[in-house]
Amino acid sequence: MPYSLPSFLVVSSLLFCLGMFTVLTRRNAIGILMGIELVLNGAGLNFVAFSRFLEPSQTTNLLSGQLFTLFIIAVAAAEVAVALAIVLSLYSRMKTIDVEDFKELRG
Amino acid sequence: MKDIIFNVFILLTVIPCFWVALSSNIVHAAFSLLITLFGVAGLYVLLGADFIGVVQVIVYIGGILILIIFGVMMTQRGKLLPLSIQLPGKVFGAVLTGVILVALVLTATKSLWPVASILGEPQPTSAAIGDLLLGKYLIPFEVASVLLLVALVGAVLIVRRSVRGE
Repeated sequence: MPYSLPSFLVVSSLLFCLGMFTVLTRRNAIGILMGIELVLNGAGLNFVAFSRFLEPSQTTNLLSGQLFTLFIIAVAAAEVAVALAIVLSLYSRMKTIDVEDFKELRG
Repeated sequence: MKDIIFNVFILLTVIPCFWVALSSNIVHAAFSLLITLFGVAGLYVLLGADFIGVVQVIVYIGGILILIIFGVMMTQRGKLLPLSIQLPGKVFGAVLTGVILVALVLTATKSLWPVASILGEPQPTSAAIGDLLLGKYLIPFEVASVLLLVALVGAVLIVRRSVRGE
């Protein structure tokens, strides 16, 4: 593929769709987390690609896209920490991380 | 030359990605995720985002992936549970994501993006990003740091409560 904006967009669409497929089809809670990471990476790649290739306007900075990616990475770190805490707490309570077994929300 | 390196990083990103989605072994999926994240870091560097590339390696590979592998190890005692759902659901998921993928790829390739006519040479970005984070984007930066703090405390609290068995 040539070094151009559509190539990057196609790669990030692939990341997004494979991540979504992972989220939809995994039974293992940690497998689902990996899918979420793929989706977030696809989004971040999109932001950086647009900030590199698009014509900069008067109001936006050239680096705005990269900063958005930076914030996405920070939010992903927070999300993974909380999600793994929930998974480990569910594991110690129910001895499994199969999401098909988590059918009740009572305490 | 640049095109060759670019395509190598694309393959490095996309091929392990399929393994993450389809592998029947959670440990293999975790290590494929490592290669994918590294490939994305390479693509960031090729886009002239050196700082983001390094942050990607440090935070994703050094932090998030290690956490995920810890999680895999701590929850894999006993029987190996089936990793994916049964076939009808899988087909439904494949059709749904396939439709979305076709739509996204068509949008990416057929749209007329307002692409800059001349691509400037990539400049070092760290100093400019630091200026923006402590200037124009100060409030989001502080909110992000508070979010990280809250997530940290919340994670500890959730695990502690379940260990105590309250």
